[in-house]
Amino acid sequence: MHRIIEARFLAPDVKWFRIEAPSIARKRKAGQFVIVRVHERGERIPLTIADADPAGQWVALIVQGVGKTTHLLNTLQAGDAVCDIVGPLGRPSEIDLYGTAVVIGGGLGAAIAYPTARALKDAGNRVIAILGARSKSLIILEREMRAISDELMLITDDGTSGVRGFVTDALRQLIESGRPLDYVLAIGPIPMMRAVADTTRPRGIRTVVSLNPIMVDGTGMCGGCRVVVGGRSQFACVDGPEFDAHQVDFGLLAARNAMYREAEKTALDRFVSGEGDPHGIGEPGCRLADAVSSRPDPGAAPPGRPAPAPAASDPPP
Amino acid sequence: MSDPLPAKERMKIPRQPMPERSPAERTRNFLEVNLGMESAAARREAQRCLQCKSQHCCGGCPVGVKVREFLERIERGDFLGAAAKMREDNVLPAITGRVCPQEDQCEGVCILGKRGEPVAIGWLERFIADYERQAGQVGLPPRAPHTGKKVAIVGSGPAGLSAAGDLVQLGHDVVVLEALHEIGGVLVYGIPEFRLPKSIVREEIDNLRRMGVQFRTNVVVGRTITIDELLDEEGFHAVFIATGAGLPTFLHIPGENLCGVYSANEFLTRVNLMKSYRFPDYDQPVYDCRGRQAAVIGGGNTALDAVRTAVRLGAQKAFLVYRRSESEMPARAEEIKHARQEGVEFMMLTAPVEFLGDERGRLTGARLQRTELGAPDASGRRRPVPVPGSEFDLPLGMAVIAVGNRGNPLVQSATPDLRTHRGGYIEADPETLRTSKRGVFAGGDIVTGGATVIQAMGAGRRAARSIDRFLRTGE
Repeated sequence: MHRIIEARFLAPDVKWFRIEAPSIARKRKAGQFVIVRVHERGERIPLTIADADPAGQWVALIVQGVGKTTHLLNTLQAGDAVCDIVGPLGRPSEIDLYGTAVVIGGGLGAAIAYPTARALKDAGNRVIAILGARSKSLIILEREMRAISDELMLITDDGTSGVRGFVTDALRQLIESGRPLDYVLAIGPIPMMRAVADTTRPRGIRTVVSLNPIMVDGTGMCGGCRVVVGGRSQFACVDGPEFDAHQVDFGLLAARNAMYREAEKTALDRFVSGEGDPHGIGEPGCRLADAVSSRPDPGAAPPGRPAPAPAASDPPP
Repeated sequence: MSDPLPAKERMKIPRQPMPERSPAERTRNFLEVNLGMESAAARREAQRCLQCKSQHCCGGCPVGVKVREFLERIERGDFLGAAAKMREDNVLPAITGRVCPQEDQCEGVCILGKRGEPVAIGWLERFIADYERQAGQVGLPPRAPHTGKKVAIVGSGPAGLSAAGDLVQLGHDVVVLEALHEIGGVLVYGIPEFRLPKSIVREEIDNLRRMGVQFRTNVVVGRTITIDELLDEEGFHAVFIATGAGLPTFLHIPGENLCGVYSANEFLTRVNLMKSYRFPDYDQPVYDCRGRQAAVIGGGNTALDAVRTAVRLGAQKAFLVYRRSESEMPARAEEIKHARQEGVEFMMLTAPVEFLGDERGRLTGARLQRTELGAPDASGRRRPVPVPGSEFDLPLGMAVIAVGNRGNPLVQSATPDLRTHRGGYIEADPETLRTSKRGVFAGGDIVTGGATVIQAMGAGRRAARSIDRFLRTGE
């Protein structure tokens, strides 16, 4: 059981968690992820490590409610616990002194890109952040990203924050300004990552994406997360999750991520309707009922960097 | 027994049957197929043993179970004594009694098998293990005085559990590290409930716990912690790597990444470990094959497990597609028999050349090709040769690739001074199981490649002996 130290919404369906996981916190590097199983009958889902306590007590995860498991996770509060966390998994981001690095975060992608952006900055790169979302309320981690980047561009589909348009418009503008761009990291919805790859490919700018296929074990055992990169099958959990954007078969990734759509809908509908209440079932010890406490947050926050403040409301779907 | 039965009388007793759930019932659920023998039948079966001096059965067992001695105790009705005798050599009898390929081991060399049917050693092993468990009187072996030495075991599958049981008996502190959230390795993620109920695995693990073995789940050695950290920082005096052959092999043919095409590892992990056959009561889903045809590619025990799982998930028809003929299949005889009873269609001398899909990237079928057997290959089995022009299409809603595994490189890649050889397996001395790194031993599938539960347990035993010597003498 891993106790939740802090939990609060950054937006109605986007929640920030600090969870006790000392062995992971000590080891994790930017770009790595964990696999979480919320309760005894839960599924295993991968979540990128958004931050970790330098003193090695906790990891931070940002969860967007999409299916049953993420919505269930987002009902948990400080003092509750999750059954299992394993990690850190995946290869860390390749941090180097590239020169000028553009970090693009679309929607929740900002949370996944943030630790790598910070590591790039720490390595001496000039970091230009592009945060994009459908609307102003969907932009998260703006303040944190601004603090670690040399420039920050905000782009919204509807123009309610920053410039109206898509992240690729901002990227194209940067490229056309003639400034040398040495490295691009793009994390967000698949169509966004694909569009960024298409934008930088003709210019030969090194571009990396972090992929989010469905996983089970996260250690290379099952092959469920296989993606095709450069015509070769690779396992995102051990060979990734970051890959050369110009080589990724995004169409295949999108198709495979839709593999359980019907089952996901069934599970979510049941959860929303309160059918098959997950709280009281399973083996004692890891039942959700055992994990959920009605007690308030035990107060004193452990040492470490303060968590990011709420940035916005309402996430993209 | 005051009046032992003469050999002539013993040889007249027919092999006692194993009661089974009917195929009609079991194809609709995941309950265990074999129901277990009654005690009268077990004693009768044990009477068939000629108590011969040669004891080939014991030699045929990878962990050297003293078969004659435990059979003799069953015959006398001393079931707990039989179980205790068994546990001297085998820490997981309820498991091996269910999953060992006895026809290739103890029963394969039984003298009765020369003219008739061998003693049902596997069924009797299972009988006594179940008997002592149900009696609540598991005879755990005694523990030697505490040595103060700590051993870390990486992986909680059969090799790791077997080594853990032996090492803890020898007085060492043993901590087993497991990457998944449940202990048991292939016993919980791979072998289905209908062949090995998970409650039995849990009880055997609880027995090890009672013997003093400690378990830590959710630890990925190579990621969460390294071998060097275990030795240098965590105070372990030796490490046994028993991570298994957990890297799935794919066929590298077109269409393999379509939705609905699984590795056997993923398919079985979803269904067994994550219990997706109980979706939506359990959260992890599995691809819906209800009312559609399913095919499993391969001919080993894993392939049989997968195809019989597909039947139970509601596949309208389940095919086992194997490129050789039935006599080359490595699967246990009993699984082949059970699969047939359950309506699995065996499509022998056939191999897929392509998986076919629709515009949404979902599997719709496979293009298959007939093969014929040519000259023997390196494995000694006749090599399958494609028959030109024999391609045909089979409509499918799901396909599972069960053509073997390779060594998972995670531990090795984080341990540069650990030597590996082709295929990614760890180099270890076949007798001492020592690796290139001092204090580090390796055994089971991560050394030999995919084998059986009991072979891995045999490796665990050898490792335990060798580690014990290392801890006592430094050699």
